Amino acid sequence: MGLISSTHSMSRYHIEGQFEATVMDEVRKGLIENAIPKIENEYEELSAGWTPYESPYNPDFEKFPFIFGTYFLFSLRIDKKSIPAKLIQKHMALAIEKKKEESGRDFLAKNEKAEIKEMILDVLMHKTPSIPNIYDVLWSYEDKNLFLFSTQKAANEIFETLFLKSFNLKPIRLFPYTIVETKSKFSAPEKDRVLSLSPLKYVKENHA
Amino acid sequence: MLDIATAYNKYIFLGNEFLTWIWFLIENDQDIAAITASEFPISMEIGNSIVLENNLGDKSKEKITIKGDKAGLEEGTTALKKGALVTELNLLCKMGEEEEYKFTIKGESFNLTGLKTPSTQPSKSEEELEGMILEKAYLLLKVTAVIDTLFLKYIEQRISDDWKTKGLQQINSWIHG
Repeated sequence: MGLISSTHSMSRYHIEGQFEATVMDEVRKGLIENAIPKIENEYEELSAGWTPYESPYNPDFEKFPFIFGTYFLFSLRIDKKSIPAKLIQKHMALAIEKKKEESGRDFLAKNEKAEIKEMILDVLMHKTPSIPNIYDVLWSYEDKNLFLFSTQKAANEIFETLFLKSFNLKPIRLFPYTIVETKSKFSAPEKDRVLSLSPLKYVKENHA
Repeated sequence: MLDIATAYNKYIFLGNEFLTWIWFLIENDQDIAAITASEFPISMEIGNSIVLENNLGDKSKEKITIKGDKAGLEEGTTALKKGALVTELNLLCKMGEEEEYKFTIKGESFNLTGLKTPSTQPSKSEEELEGMILEKAYLLLKVTAVIDTLFLKYIEQRISDDWKTKGLQQINSWIHG
């Protein structure tokens, strides 16, 4: 669920580092160079890239904006082909049967089965369409905050890799430890005290 | 900075302790605006779900989930007495005069799910869309800033010299009566 929806699910990042050249140009360049390809690669299981917020299926950053006030807003699109296991199973059974008939043998060797599986996956991958998933990205460059409207581990990992590749800035996922590291004004000794904390148990014996 | 994956797992407990502390603040009518030194009033209420976990020591865990708009929290308080901590909390957070946010926060990741912000005007034109985006961004940054500030206040107390005689004792008194 994206930015303009009634409910949101999101994870947060702190963006480490800054651009040396003009910020807008760097962001534009990163988005264009890593936009999702317009034409789907029929053999690729997974394809991911940026697309404009207002145009998820036409990744044209010259035509659609990515700057809104002081924020950058765009989307991560992940196109994934997924072949149901039962479909693979069915095609495997048919192909094995056919091969046995052709060869006049009762069994197939392990490597023959592996070859058949590879061939079937190839054919099915080619035939299966990709399912697109879109996750909005809201980036407040000035204060180094970024929201990714996803809490799915796989999407977050793809985002982190693609973001670093596109902008050469490291997105640090915000959770208890990294909030202390990136958002606090704690001194070094105070941070050391945080690091040395161990879990509490609110059990009766703690009661003074 | 520590390796991210290691740090994530090692300090999960801080997030869970923080959510337990929020419950303590709410139940004891503590002034959240004063704690966070906020310029606007802030109040919080427990929403419609709370999840607690108790590590039983032998790598097994006891998990208690309470759901429902008017669900009683007695089982949660019993779990706290047995040493459980809150791992997931649905909160209703009111800011200023009218702003109301509702969301579920996970202690380990601080992921926010089911987040509802105060409503923004639906857009018709391109200009209105930009206005709506800016408003939404402002609201999201505001609520996350409150969460971060409150969390860091908890950490500040947790590492303070009087934590054991003050903060810890107050929470223990609340839990064990």
